[in-house]
Amino acid sequence: MAADKRKNGLIMLARFENPAALLRAARMLHEAGYEKYDCHSPFPIHGLNRAMGLSRSRLGYLVGLFALVGFSGAVLLQWWTHSVDYPTIISGKPYFAYPAYLPVTFALAVLLSAFAAVFGMLIINGLPRFNHPLFDSEQFRRVTDNAFFISVESTDPQFDIEKTKLLLESIGGGNIEILTEMGREHGR
Amino acid sequence: MNQSVSDNLRHHSAETALVSGKPTFGGITSDISAIAESKTPRAWYIAITITGSLALLFFGLIVHLILTGLGVWGISIPVGWGFAIINFVFWVGIGHAGTLISAILFLLRQRWRTSINRFAEAMTLFAIMCAGIFPAIHVGRIWVIYWMFPLPNQMGVWPNFRSPLLWDVFAVGTYFTCSLLFWYVGLIPDLATFRDRAKTKLRRIVFGIFSLGWRGGNRHWRHYELAYLILAGISTPLVLSVHSVVSTDFSVSQLPGWHTTIFPPYFVVGAIFSGFAMVVTLAVILRKIFKLENYITLFHLEKMNKIMLVTSLMVGYAYAIEFFIAWYSGNQYELFTFLNRASGHYAWAYWIMVSCNVLIPQLFWSKKIRTSIPAMLVISLLVNVGMWFERFVIVVTSLSRDFLPSSWGDYTPTVFDFGLLVGSFGLFFTLFLLFIRFFPVIAMSEVKTVIPDAEVQGEH
Repeated sequence: MAADKRKNGLIMLARFENPAALLRAARMLHEAGYEKYDCHSPFPIHGLNRAMGLSRSRLGYLVGLFALVGFSGAVLLQWWTHSVDYPTIISGKPYFAYPAYLPVTFALAVLLSAFAAVFGMLIINGLPRFNHPLFDSEQFRRVTDNAFFISVESTDPQFDIEKTKLLLESIGGGNIEILTEMGREHGR
Repeated sequence: MNQSVSDNLRHHSAETALVSGKPTFGGITSDISAIAESKTPRAWYIAITITGSLALLFFGLIVHLILTGLGVWGISIPVGWGFAIINFVFWVGIGHAGTLISAILFLLRQRWRTSINRFAEAMTLFAIMCAGIFPAIHVGRIWVIYWMFPLPNQMGVWPNFRSPLLWDVFAVGTYFTCSLLFWYVGLIPDLATFRDRAKTKLRRIVFGIFSLGWRGGNRHWRHYELAYLILAGISTPLVLSVHSVVSTDFSVSQLPGWHTTIFPPYFVVGAIFSGFAMVVTLAVILRKIFKLENYITLFHLEKMNKIMLVTSLMVGYAYAIEFFIAWYSGNQYELFTFLNRASGHYAWAYWIMVSCNVLIPQLFWSKKIRTSIPAMLVISLLVNVGMWFERFVIVVTSLSRDFLPSSWGDYTPTVFDFGLLVGSFGLFFTLFLLFIRFFPVIAMSEVKTVIPDAEVQGEH
């Protein structure tokens, strides 16, 4: 039953006038108990995370972890090459000349943090994803221009074609469209 | 639609309108997309023919340099470092302003950065590309350039991690990579805009691939915004550290005039100074040719000119304090080094440096000059001339008059030195012209957040 539902998965798309309308609608959807929905806009809207009841992104922890990995890796590299493998006395410095090692250590910590931030963000977002039911909608093309949308998935327990449509219309949604999902789960 | 809402909101923002002319989201999209989507103006073709020829000259000269050897340059003993390192420091310095605008102004919540950060960050990337070529070609044996990476090898040796010359490899490499990532992440939503507006299949595919399937969903925006913030947070220390590391190329040596602790902050400030001068030059030209006066307004330009004035004062202070400390130290050799700069064989370079970097930018105290387009164009060009000469003065005067008078010698740059300098500008502007032609030159999604229409009344 659940598998059937997922296979015939639908997405209901509604268009909103402006950021304020989108924010209000998101809050009402959240209060109505919906979970598998998303708000789409050409730019991030402040307050929308709270309106949708979303928790803070965990990306920071991942980045912190990789910063430590970069830091440790750099120290390990410099220690091993200069204190163990081929020690040489350069400018009277001790083998483990840690003040001199700071620039490279800092650089590698920053480099790995950047990789974690970017690739972590893409992986968490499930990007790249070139195929998505929302791209079938003509009006959705404007989401990167000047339009604001809410998309609700049929896999949400609250979803009902008639009821959800009425709810979206009552909170300011227009141009309601139904799109078919090709058997993939989406939205985090 | 939003007239009454906008009117109500307008009294909330006491600041100047960051985009003039009653902007709308759709207007922003079409204004900026039009540049890359419409027929290329003839001026662009003419410009890229010129810069492209210089870029070809650049690569041709590099090939000749590698085949013949470093003797084609004017370097000799005692001046063993010449234009190559001067150009390297010059270009890396220029890059720093782009990152400051992208990262530091973001952390400081300076919303006016949204009109300039995209092309400023692109400028950074191209500047670092130009910069990185010089250390690569100046080594002489470029075929063993891989020795600078810590790769296990049959000789059992490693690069010297205690040397600033190696720190440069990591610092500049990291800086380029992080800038590239930051620039690309910022581009994703705008590339999606290009994808959705694409009229040809090729544009749809190319921008579709590079926009990674971006859908503007808030569940994605929330991770995206944090990634952006983190990138801004880590790029900020890079602005300060990278040029400090570059300055240690000089400051860890023993040469009078080089061996000084002032170099890291002095170089960083100088970098921001010259970088902003280049951004102003590019901004003035860009807004005129592509009619972007509503986005890159006089407000933006004035702010940048003020930053240039501040950094000019700091650079002037650095020049003065170097002299003071040279005298105050009681070290006659240190004092000689500085007197030699002002009155010796290369005094002409020194005074070009002082006039262009300290004296002329003082004109920016006048609001009339700060807001005058012709004035700021001329001043910003002169600042870059002055900043190039600053590196010339540092490198050449200290090397040509080092420890023993018997070692003294002068530096005569050859046509190859000049050719590579001019050629690097060709490469830089060619890349920039290509960027203008194919990419959104202003961050559309970011600019949309700073117009009144984007405000959500008292929601947070």
